[in-house]
Amino acid sequence: MKIITGNDLRTGDVIWWTGEGWSRHVNDAVEAGDHADAIIARENAKQIVTDTHVVDAEQTADGVRPAHIKERVRALGPTVRLDLSLKPADPDAGNWVI
Amino acid sequence: MVEQNLRFRSDEPVGDPAVTVDAFADQSNATAVRIEPGDDARALLPHLDRLALVEVNFPTYGDGRGYSAARILREHGYAGELRAVGDVLIDQLSHMRRCGFDSFAPDQPISAEAADKALATWPEVYQKTVDGRPAIWAKRHSA
Amino acid sequence: MYQYDSYDQAMVDARVAEFRDQVERRLAGDITEDQFKPLRLKNGLYLQLHAYMLRVAVPYGTLNSTQMRMLGDIADKYDRGYGHFTTRQNIQYNWIKLSDAPDILADLASVEMHAIQTSGNCIRNTTSDQFAGAAADELVDPRPYAELLRQWSTFHPEFDYLPRKFKIAMIGSETDRAAMKLHDIGIQLVRNDAGEIGCKFYVGGGMGRTPMIAPVIGDFVPPLQMISYLEACLRVYNRYGRRDNKYKARIKILVHEIGADEYRRQVEEEFAHILTLNLEPPPAELERIKGFFEQPGFEAGLSDDLDLSDPDFALWVDQNTHAHKQAGYTIVTISLKPAGGIPGDATADQIRLMADLAKEHSFDELRVTHAQNIVLPHVKKADLYALWQKLDEAGLATANLDLISDIIACPGLDYCALANARSIPVAQKISARFADLGRQRELGELKLKISGCINACGHHHAGHIGILGVDRKGVENYQLLLGGSEGADTSLASITGPGFSEDGIVDAVEKATDVYLAQRADGERFVDTFRRIGMAPFKEAIYAKEPVNG
Ligand code: HEM
Ligand code: SF4
Repeated sequence: MKIITGNDLRTGDVIWWTGEGWSRHVNDAVEAGDHADAIIARENAKQIVTDTHVVDAEQTADGVRPAHIKERVRALGPTVRLDLSLKPADPDAGNWVI
Repeated sequence: MVEQNLRFRSDEPVGDPAVTVDAFADQSNATAVRIEPGDDARALLPHLDRLALVEVNFPTYGDGRGYSAARILREHGYAGELRAVGDVLIDQLSHMRRCGFDSFAPDQPISAEAADKALATWPEVYQKTVDGRPAIWAKRHSA
Repeated sequence: MYQYDSYDQAMVDARVAEFRDQVERRLAGDITEDQFKPLRLKNGLYLQLHAYMLRVAVPYGTLNSTQMRMLGDIADKYDRGYGHFTTRQNIQYNWIKLSDAPDILADLASVEMHAIQTSGNCIRNTTSDQFAGAAADELVDPRPYAELLRQWSTFHPEFDYLPRKFKIAMIGSETDRAAMKLHDIGIQLVRNDAGEIGCKFYVGGGMGRTPMIAPVIGDFVPPLQMISYLEACLRVYNRYGRRDNKYKARIKILVHEIGADEYRRQVEEEFAHILTLNLEPPPAELERIKGFFEQPGFEAGLSDDLDLSDPDFALWVDQNTHAHKQAGYTIVTISLKPAGGIPGDATADQIRLMADLAKEHSFDELRVTHAQNIVLPHVKKADLYALWQKLDEAGLATANLDLISDIIACPGLDYCALANARSIPVAQKISARFADLGRQRELGELKLKISGCINACGHHHAGHIGILGVDRKGVENYQLLLGGSEGADTSLASITGPGFSEDGIVDAVEKATDVYLAQRADGERFVDTFRRIGMAPFKEAIYAKEPVNG
């Protein structure tokens, strides 16, 4: 699947397109379909997101997983500071990325 | 000639079209020339007294060769109009003035008001260049 | 240390006001990201993997305790309680909000700091010898010259849109602790037979994808012509450096392509012209700046004796202190490389503690080293034990300076948008594998450097052992390099062969150290043995097929 990601302009937070808005959790990401470019153009014009781009991902039993490791690191947080990641309570969160 | 948008001189603007550096070498009566980033500004030095306008083109703002070209011309005594044309952005005006530009023809026009504000950003300067502003070190030791 | 006067302060204050205005325009939607990006980059604000990253300049790596404390406070107030000290002697914060950035710059300006020119194709923050003004082997204190250079390079109108970034290092000792020859320009202050000071200019070094060692371009430039010579070097580069290809745009490529002799000829020609323009600050300005770098009030006649009866303390003294020019004093390096830790990271509390210790024990001064450690340059030996105990309590007394676990590592794929592979976990695994200090000391001086991609921010080309992260079909892979160095004996490391997985690279490093232990001659460091016996024995051991069991 293709999903859309970017950063919150004001905070820099990594965010994912949910079909209606933006979420910090990759599992909320939805298939962007054929409209990715239009969505990106419209959202960029609102000047609240930045660095928007489409990435490949896969719907797994555990949720949406970006195909490329860089996007998985973005989705989770630094693997060397899991306490600061989106899964601070999960000691195995690192495996999620690799 | 490109229509200038900002001008910091009081003499009459030159009406002549600016020719390329190559053409200028062959044309003994041209008074206006246009420098592209790859041109050697020093080629103009023997002819400074007959030049009234030098346009320096910035095809993209990130190509900074024109800053050196401008300063070299001024350092060798060129006193005519020195015009920055092309992708000239408001954030570059101050540096360009410091390198000797005294007229601007940006692709995207800049309002006089915005230009004044941008040029007033830096109350003082650390380097001596060709704009006559005393460097901070000169002020520190002027007494 | 240098102190701003009203002119210096006005410059950074103006910068804060300008950036506040730019950020407001961006957040209001008045300017687009394309227009804004170069403006934020000029203030050291990047967009990285997880958030904005702010790079703060530490001019020539020198800080006072007030500044250091502010760095800690910023980490708490605007970031997530820590900062990352870098090989460029700067500090980076990884979790910055755009809306906070102007306030952070204002806080920095209140302690005479800034993020000016920490990014972009301009003259970057000058780096220097972390032992400047303290080292026993120093000829000339480079800091006044580095400060002169800082002011000259700040908002230089001609050199803000160079072909590529430009990094200058400045030293004044025989021993090069700043990797000077691997910079765009390295300036070494030297003395001639008559005892006069001169600047030796090395131009055209660098790392990145095409590492090069800088040749000498100016042998002995008088210090009062240093700025004019720099103008000449930069102008030739600005006019003729390549702009057709970003990867060939550094000055090293220009110097390499036209040759050092031709580059020198052009510089000399330009220099002769520039000297006629009187651009050089007057001698009185250098004297004024020198006034800030007078020796602190050392006590005379102190003893150099130390009570080394505590063995842990003795180890740390042996490993982490250096000879000071003043009897009874020593230079302390605080390692930010605990076993299994993240190289260069320090918590806000640790940063503030180091600030306090500097105030109490080091005449209010600290330095950041290019190896990502912190230095207290002037510690009285009589205070050393007490200082060590406080450091130890805070987890800052790791006695591993210049040993295999004193690893330089770039942020890598855990933070950096350009990365191919993670650097930090590799550093952590290696430092855990070699955690035993006795074993590390047995291996002796061994500089291990890791970069997460070809850009070489982690200096892997200059590592006795270097590791380069690459992307092999979407999987992290690590190449091993051997034989680099960045001191007086600067050399570039060569690659051993095919790359390794994350665990594989740790094993490969271990095998390389085994070869060294087996083959070393008396007094040889790892890199010396490598230079003597060459790559072959290392390759053989590293790529030997494991015997099949059974
Ligand atoms: C995380 C954001 C960073 C980015 C985007 C970045 C980008 C780059 C790039 C593109 C280069 C190659 C330049 C060239 O070859 O022309 C480079 C080189 C370098 N960077 Fe970084 N870097 C980052 C972080 C760091 C850090 C954290 C340090 C210090 C630990 C650092 C220090 C250096 C050094 C020492 C070099 C090699 C010297 C040179 O040739 O310039 N960088 N960086
Ligand atoms: S070497 Fe590559 S991965 Fe590491 S910080 Fe530099 S650009 Fe990022």
